[in-house]
Amino acid sequence: MAMRREHLVNAAIALLLLAVPLWASWAGQNFYVTLATRIAILALAAVGLNIALGLGGLVSFGHAAFFGIGGYVAGILASHAVSGAPLLGFLPGTKLMPVIWIVAILASGFVAAAIGAISLRTGGVYFIMITLAFAQMIFYFALSWPAYGGEDGLSIMLRNAFPGVNTLRPLPFFLICYTLLSLGLLLFALIRGSRFGAALQAARQNEVRTASVGIAPFRIRLVAFTISGMVTGVAGALFADLNRFVSPSMLSWHMSGELIVLIVLGGVGRLYGPVVGAALYVVLEYWLGGITERWQFFLGLVLLGVVLFARGGIVGLLAGRARHD
Amino acid sequence: MQTALFIEQLLNGLQLGVMLFLMAAGLTLIFGVMGLINLTHGSLYMVGAFACAAVAAWTGSFWLGLIASLAAAAAAGAVVELLVIRRLYGRDHLDQVLATFALILVFSEGTRWLFGSFPLYLDIPPLLSGAVSLPGGAQYPLYRLAIIAVGVLVAVGLWLLISRTRLGMRIRAGESDREMIGALGVDVATLYTLVFALGAALAGLAGAMVGAIQSVQVGMGEPVLILAFVVIVIGGIGSIKGALVGALLVGLVDTMGRFLLPQAFGLVMNASQAGLVGGAIASMLIYLLMAVILAVRPRGLFAAQG
Repeated sequence: MAMRREHLVNAAIALLLLAVPLWASWAGQNFYVTLATRIAILALAAVGLNIALGLGGLVSFGHAAFFGIGGYVAGILASHAVSGAPLLGFLPGTKLMPVIWIVAILASGFVAAAIGAISLRTGGVYFIMITLAFAQMIFYFALSWPAYGGEDGLSIMLRNAFPGVNTLRPLPFFLICYTLLSLGLLLFALIRGSRFGAALQAARQNEVRTASVGIAPFRIRLVAFTISGMVTGVAGALFADLNRFVSPSMLSWHMSGELIVLIVLGGVGRLYGPVVGAALYVVLEYWLGGITERWQFFLGLVLLGVVLFARGGIVGLLAGRARHD
Repeated sequence: MQTALFIEQLLNGLQLGVMLFLMAAGLTLIFGVMGLINLTHGSLYMVGAFACAAVAAWTGSFWLGLIASLAAAAAAGAVVELLVIRRLYGRDHLDQVLATFALILVFSEGTRWLFGSFPLYLDIPPLLSGAVSLPGGAQYPLYRLAIIAVGVLVAVGLWLLISRTRLGMRIRAGESDREMIGALGVDVATLYTLVFALGAALAGLAGAMVGAIQSVQVGMGEPVLILAFVVIVIGGIGSIKGALVGALLVGLVDTMGRFLLPQAFGLVMNASQAGLVGGAIASMLIYLLMAVILAVRPRGLFAAQG
């Protein structure tokens, strides 16, 4: 029963996230389309984190690293395409989104594999702090490396292009982001239902038993962490295109914290948890920001309330506890 | 002149290390005894700095400000422990990270509400405002030497507290078996509040002392918090000795890296480029140090937890 209710809740959320911007665009309210685009992109980033955190129980406090790397891939490739100077002397820049996404996936996946290989040797609270520290390392590097704007960040003059779609208009760009979010959710569902996903979740629930039936947790976790970083990296590339700007703030530890917040708000390990969390977070940010300059104060109190009193997040409230069947 | 500069940088590194130790000691104590990962520690550092700056501006005395910083940070720590942290001991690390992350938002925005967005300035007390001559002819600020001295005193004091007093005995017992000391009649809840307030007071002290050499502003605690995390990961979470060694290591490596790396790169490339490359790599150096140490010892240098 509970599972079927979750399907209904998920379908309703997916439709709502599609319907609101369509209606807003029809009504000429492009601001709400942009808000929905922001929700879709942050949700995609959090879906990526949810693979590591929700399925694998790996509390990464450094996913801003992958988000920011995706963003910088978009910014750097676009800047080389505009200037005409090849990257590292031989790689041409590009303004084509599909190429940018592939490079973002490769770059964030490579860094995720490297960070994962070191930090997954440890566990628990060590893992939290080490992922945070590595993300911070990349943050400081971006801050002090002046070639791509350093502290000031990097502007993307004109949003990158997708063949056959006018990405400069808000609705088509939203639809691109929504499609990628749907693909990300599909990937999450496929992983969760696969043998690999079963092993990953088993390692979360009981590491010793998993190892004793012949499954080494380290490699499975490393693969999951890498895939997780890749998905968040694509979201980062989209985020840079949404803002037409990328700066070290995308790499900051506040960003990592926000991604965790999105998941916990929505419901850890739930398919649509990140989507609900992102929607709630962006709407809350917008709504509180309209009422008071001190919105972060109240956002903090709301978060505190959710952690202390609403375990299981919003999807948990709507659809009941997660079933393991 | 080069040796004088070298000694000066060495002392700066020592001072950074000592300050990091004050932060890391509290963090590692709180994790060791209560099993709690506490992101709010950076906010308590900020509370200490703001309390010191406000009271010093109001009374004109840095020393009263310093006392106020200890009191304010300890009080803020105790209140937070009683209202929020207490409910988190049984939870998993994810809930702890999130709740204390939320507390950071509340603390930062609350401080901005009270004091405004502009940084406050805190003057070095007249008694410590001079400079000392170093061998090699350089002048070194007395105040920074005083910070180093305070850090050494706190380290000795903590060691005495933990190894020689009844409270220290309970803290050690709490680290090894918290159910057992509860069964033996120790009031565990009060012990936890005390440990939390002690850690908070140390963070507040660090914030107040550093406030006089940097500006006092919202968000000042966050970079220090993350450095303190690196310190306790290197030293081994839960170990005070590890925190001390880790803090000095991080303080020295960071400061000397920023000083020496641009010079080293200067041998193979032109000066301005060497400054950029050296500076960028120096900013990553302590994280690389952490990676190397973890590759060899995944639980840190002095792992306390089994």
